Order: sequence, then structure tokens, then C-alpha cells
Amino acid sequence: MFSYILRRVLYTIPIALGVTVICFLLVQLGPGDPINALLPEEATQEMIDQVKAEYGLDKPLPVQYATWLGHALTGDLGTSIATGRSVSTEIFSALGNTLMLAFGGMLVSFVVGLTLGSIAGSRQGTLSDRVVTGFAVTGVSVPHYWIAIVLVAIFAVGLHWLPAMGMGPRGSTGFALDWAHIQHFVLPIFALSLIPTGIIARSVRGSVSETYGQDFVQTLRAKGMPERQVFVHVARNACSAAIAVMGLQMAELLGGSILIETVFVWPGTGQLLNNAIFMRDLPILQGTILIMALIFVATNLVADILQALIDPRIRR
Amino acid sequence: MTPTKTPEFRKVITTKATGNHREHNHHKGLAMSLKFSHLLPNTLRTAASILALSCTSNLAIAQDLSTFRVGMTAADIPLTTGNPDQGFEGFRFMGLMLYDSLVEWDLSSADKPSTLIPGLATEWSVDPDDKTKWTFKLRQGVKFHDGSEFTADAVVWNFDKVKDPDSPQYDPRQAGLAAARIPSIVAVNKIDDYTVQIVTDVPNAFVPYQVSYWMMSSPAQFEKVGDWEAFAQAPSGTGPWKFVSMQPRKQVTMARNPDYWDPDRVPASDQVQLIPTPEASSRTSALLSGQVDWIEAPSPDAIPQLEGAGMQIVTNSYPHNWAIAPSRAAGSPWNEIDVRKAANLCIDRQGIDQLLGGMSIPAEGHVTPDSPWFGQPTFKLGYEPDDARSLMEQHGYTQDAPLHVKIAISTSGSGQMQPLPMFQYIQSTLNQCHFDVEAEVMEWNALLALARQSAEAPDSVDKGINGIIISRSLMDPYSAFTRLFDSHRVPPNGSNWGMVSNPEYDKLLKAAREEFDPDKQDKILSELHEKVVDNAEWIWVTHDVNPRALAPNLKGFVQAKNWFQDLTPVHLEE
Repeated sequence: MFSYILRRVLYTIPIALGVTVICFLLVQLGPGDPINALLPEEATQEMIDQVKAEYGLDKPLPVQYATWLGHALTGDLGTSIATGRSVSTEIFSALGNTLMLAFGGMLVSFVVGLTLGSIAGSRQGTLSDRVVTGFAVTGVSVPHYWIAIVLVAIFAVGLHWLPAMGMGPRGSTGFALDWAHIQHFVLPIFALSLIPTGIIARSVRGSVSETYGQDFVQTLRAKGMPERQVFVHVARNACSAAIAVMGLQMAELLGGSILIETVFVWPGTGQLLNNAIFMRDLPILQGTILIMALIFVATNLVADILQALIDPRIRR
Repeated sequence: MTPTKTPEFRKVITTKATGNHREHNHHKGLAMSLKFSHLLPNTLRTAASILALSCTSNLAIAQDLSTFRVGMTAADIPLTTGNPDQGFEGFRFMGLMLYDSLVEWDLSSADKPSTLIPGLATEWSVDPDDKTKWTFKLRQGVKFHDGSEFTADAVVWNFDKVKDPDSPQYDPRQAGLAAARIPSIVAVNKIDDYTVQIVTDVPNAFVPYQVSYWMMSSPAQFEKVGDWEAFAQAPSGTGPWKFVSMQPRKQVTMARNPDYWDPDRVPASDQVQLIPTPEASSRTSALLSGQVDWIEAPSPDAIPQLEGAGMQIVTNSYPHNWAIAPSRAAGSPWNEIDVRKAANLCIDRQGIDQLLGGMSIPAEGHVTPDSPWFGQPTFKLGYEPDDARSLMEQHGYTQDAPLHVKIAISTSGSGQMQPLPMFQYIQSTLNQCHFDVEAEVMEWNALLALARQSAEAPDSVDKGINGIIISRSLMDPYSAFTRLFDSHRVPPNGSNWGMVSNPEYDKLLKAAREEFDPDKQDKILSELHEKVVDNAEWIWVTHDVNPRALAPNLKGFVQAKNWFQDLTPVHLEE
């Protein structure tokens, strides 16, 4: 088990390096550079050169990458070209905001997805199965930014029940556990959890119904085991696949959603990344993508370890 | 002026903010929810009403008439240290709020074009014997928000801030933003505590316009906090609003500066909050749901809905233009004046106006018709497809052998309005006049990169691009004409992407730059404008009207004919 974990942890190093190299090259391949966002069009060549030198943008690409990597390894992700603020501060404040949404989305999608998937899987072919499957397919197919806009139109603009955007009420600077703050989470979390709920419900339904079809279930029933206990056995066998899919969904949610964060003006990593792309703010882009890649890898690692712990077949 | 300057009015605001208003909103929210709820069954309806009651009361409690909130289009808070980033929106909502410049824009009227007025300088003049030397008399008794006094030393200090890399206060970020706007100023000397001398490289009558973009930060505050990063968190200027707090990418709060040097511009509201809301539909929802009281640039298709909800839509002409700048590089088909004229005659500007829901001013020239520089051009920019076709036929272009042109355009961007639908519209009409118009669509940053080089640069030549659509600010003579039509201003020395080169323009531009009498300068510029239009130098399409949507109870705002606006008279009423 230990060597399995160690091996998986070591894999993260080439993955993280690969992600940063690809990201760095992709940004360079596209036209445009941060100077366009930094300086007015009237800026002279001399001024452009001066600013480029200031940010090290005049150096060859490999040197720029090596410098960035060297600093990143010591924990210094540099400063944002666009705002002059520290990249770590920017990322961690944005990450905090995204995590608040992601955990809410996870809670909703895991609970609802697991429940619906189990119901549908254990009652294959019944009306409840068809309803759940219909819901799951809708959840997966409807674009969540569209649902987000519709939700805003109904609940914020039409009914005035919930706020349309932002993280807190007027004048609020942080988070507090009161309705004035919590109401800002309702619509984004609902919109965000729709797709993962659908995916989880579908996978759980599939794996539960598949397990029900296996011979051992017939044996258990033949032994006269009550249906509730049969379900426990089925659940144990089916949960490995559920954990794998939940791990992937969790990683997706933690990465933040550019579209949901844009619709709800939520200052998370999705929005940070979006701005950075338009501003060609390389340090922010590199830093955010690195952190998100690490989160993705770590979440999948945790899911794999959990799976291995629960299902001895994987350890073998 | 608004009644807001009187103590009585403030009393009214306070009473209402704490009393009746809350109840009023409460009922309004309930009424709206009930209207929707008659579609629901009885039990649900009761539940909905209870929920509505609890939710709306929370939203209402959060409302406060002493603070108004603005949804900006910027994605982040503009730089707070003095000269802001985020283009002119940065000036509008940060630079001109916390800071002042020596010369400012008169933003008090919606009817007349806004002109320069005294700011931190009360008067200025050029030395009649040496027109590279200007004397600026400074306003006395002006204090920075930290309490220190504004003097000639502060002006010299602020010059070094953007021009002298060896000075401790040199700020590369502000230098990049400000130095490009005061290019001709080479030195600033203190004459006495309230007089400075500004020295330019060559005689330049545009200096007052240039200094209007140069913001004065507090030297004492910089000394106190030590560097610009700390200054950004505790900025201090002389402006009508004082900085209160900022959460990057979330909001910035400013409060009234009760000691502002111009008593007519002491803000009517206690506070203003500015919220970056880059997505247009989110801004619209935020206004409709009462989270903000003012939004910038609602999309044209949201305007009927906003009006239906009782929002005020304000627009005005301002110095903006949306046009095709054609390439005049060797071999470009646009070098033929008839081709340029044909294109100008084949654009249905009224159709574009309809496409934009009436939110535009169809172009009649380079500047708006109400500009003092418009003059009397003889070439009329009408929609005359027959005339256009016959001009094209004279040069051998027909429906079967049309002229292929390729225009670079962005998908979005500051001042670009609705770039792609507008482009498709002009493409469809031009293609009926023996043109074969192709678009080179790119993202805004990429278009800016393309515009920083000339039409002759490989980036344009390799792709066959021979025209560019990049909206322009025409605020001052340099932005409106010099950088675009002076043959010396081909990038990187200016924005003359198409490489227009006409000795007559160069001569008139030099004459305007050296004419220190504002009326005579306007006359020279209108002569230049007539020539530029009569030569169909560009293919002009439209001018934006800068639509804004305001809550029904937001009062006092006067939309000036300017990129900048004054938020000091703005206040909320019940």
C-alpha cells in the first residue's frame, strides 16, 4: 500500500512540470502580450522596452521559464503583471472563494447524486428509475451557464428572492454565517452542482444495477437475506466506481468554473484565470494552473487511495 | 446644482435610510413575488410569500440610501496609486475620483461639448518669447487626503514619479500609463510654492490637454507608507472622494471628501462602491435585482427590459469613433480615393443604428457633428449603393470581379461596441457594392498587438490584412488627429496604423500644435477635419453614445459629452 501511494505521489512531479511547460508554451503561441494591457497605445517603443525589461519579458523563452520555475520551487510564484500584487496572495484569496462554492457543490451533488443513483439502480425499469435517469440526463446535458442565467432571471430579477451576483451583501468584506451571506451561495451552488449530480447519479445507477445483476446477489437472496441487507452488500461492491467518479467530479469543482464565476461575478480561480488570459498575465496564469493541476492530481490520488482501501481488488 | 449640498438634504437622506425606505422595499419585494406566485398552488403560494418576506427583508436591510453602487465593466479594481490602468474607465472611476490633475474637464453639462477648466492649477500661460515654457499657477489651500498641503513641490515630485527612473518615487507602472500621455513635457521646475514652470521639447499648444491625464499623488503619504504597493492600499490624492477600502476583484469603497477644494463638487452621497462586473448580462441582472444602482454599458438588447423595469437609460454623444482604418501601404487597393469613397457610400449607418437599438450616432465624419472640430466637409457620408457601384466600376471592379479586402476585428474590447454583428452588417452591404470583404477575427489583446505595428509589418502583410477596426477616443487633438493622421506617427510613434501620409495634414497638425489661441486652434482642426473627410481617409461607421442604466431612484447624474463623468452630484432618493 505504502509503495503504491509513494509511486502515485512521485507521478505528480512530471505531471505538474508537464502542465506548466504546456501552459507556458500555449500562452506564448498566441498573439498578444501583457504590454497591450499594461500600456496605452501611445506608449513609445522605448517605454515598451523599458517595461518589458522590468518584467523580464525581454529574455529568451527558456530563460523566462527557468526563472519562473526556479522561483516557483522555492514557493515564490512572482507578482502579477497586471496588478503588481503577489501571485500567491491572488491565487489563495481566489482559491478560498472557489473552495467555498466547490464544497457546497460537492455536498449537494454527492448527496443528491448518490441517493438518486442508488434509488434508480435498485429499482431498474420502474417509474422512479425513469424519472431519475431523465433528471440525470438533463443535468448532464443542460449547459450550466445557461441554467445559471435562467436561475438569476427567475429568482433574482423576477422574484427578488435571492441576489444575482457577488459574494456578500452591500458593504460586506468577508464571509459570515448569516442568511445575508449564505443567500449569495444558493444559486451558484445549485447551478454548479447540476452537472456533477447528473454524472454521479448516472454512474451510481449503472454500477448499482450492474452489481444487482451479479450471481452473488442471487445467492444472497436465495439464502433468504432481507432486501435491506442485500443492498448493503451491493452498495459495498458498487461504491468503488462511485468513489472514482466522485473524485473526478470533486477535482472539476475545485478547479472552479469560469462560466459560473463569470455569471455570478464570483471572485474565484475561474474568474482569476479568465482575466489573466485576456490580460496575458503570465505569472497569474502559470501559478493558477500549477496550483489547480496539483489539486486535480491530489484529489484523484486521494480517490484512488480510498478506492484501494475499500476494494482489495485494486490493491492487487 | 443638486439640492444635496444643503444640510437639510443630508438630513432627509439619513432619516429615510434608517426609516421608511426599508419598509417600502420590503413591500415592493413582496408585491413582486406575489405577482409571480399566482401561478403557484395555494400551499406553495403561502410558502413562497413567507420565503419572499424573509429574503427581501434581508436584501432591504442591506440597502442604504447614503451609498450608491456602480457595476463597472472592468474585471478588476483600477490601479489606485494615481494614474490608473483599465483605460478611460480607470480614469472615470478611480483616477478622477481620488485624484485631481492640474487641468480638468468640465463635466457639468450634458448639452455642450466638455472643455478644459482649471483644476489644481487656477491659470496657465505660455511664454510669448519662448513657447516651450509654460507657467502654471497652482490653487492655494488644497490639501491631500492625508492632510498634507498641495504645493509646487508636489507637482515636481509627481513629474519625477513618472519621468525620472532615478527618483525614489519613480513608479514604472504609473510611468507606463502617464508618461505616454505627457510625451512632450521634458521638465517641471518650481518657481515658488504656488507656481511651476513646465518645459516642452517643441512649442506645443496641446500641453493643457496632456496634463489633464496626469494625476497628482500625495508625496507625504508616499513618505509615510514607504512604497507604491503600500500606497495602493492607502492611497491619498486631492480628489472629491477619499479611499475607504478595497478587496481586489470584488469592490472598492470611497467616501465623500467634505473638505474638497471645489464646494460645488463635494459629493452628495456619503459613499460610493465600485464593483467589477465584466459580464454585461450579470450587470443587467445586478441592477434589476437591486444589488447595484448604476451599470455601465448594458447590452442594447437588454435596454427594453431595463426600461420596462423603470430603469433610467442615459446616453449622450462623446468623442468616440468606430471606423475602418484602411491600409495605405504601397500596393494597397485603398490608396485609390474612389475605392474609399465607394466604401463610405456603401455603409448603411441608419441600419447599424437600428441594429444597436438606437444606441449610436451614425457617422457624418471622423468626429461627431457637434464637435468644435467638425467644420463643413463637402463629402457626405450617405448610403448611396448605386453611386458606390459606379465608382467601383470606374476602376474595373464588378460583381463578378469584386475587390477583395481583409479587415482585422476583435470579438470584444473597450469601445468596440458589438463588433461582430456590426461587422457582419457592413460586410453584407459592402459586398453589394463590388467588394468582397473578409474578416480576420481575433481577440482584443491580439488586435491591440496588431495595432502596435503598422500595416506594413509582417503580422498584417502575411495575413493579407488591409484594414483594421479599432475604436478610438477623440478626446483631445492629439488623440483625435495627430496620432492617427500625422505621417510621423506610424507605430510605434503613434497610432497611424494605415500609414496615412499627406503633407497637408502634417502642415495643419503642426500649425494646430503651435497655435496657442484655443479658438484659432479649433479652426485649424476643423479645416483638417474637412480635408480628412473629403479625402475619405477612413471608412467611418458610427459613434457610441455610452449607454448607462440607472436605478429609478438614482438622481443628480448629468452625462457629459465625455469619456469621463462626474459622480459627485449622484445620490439615491427614496
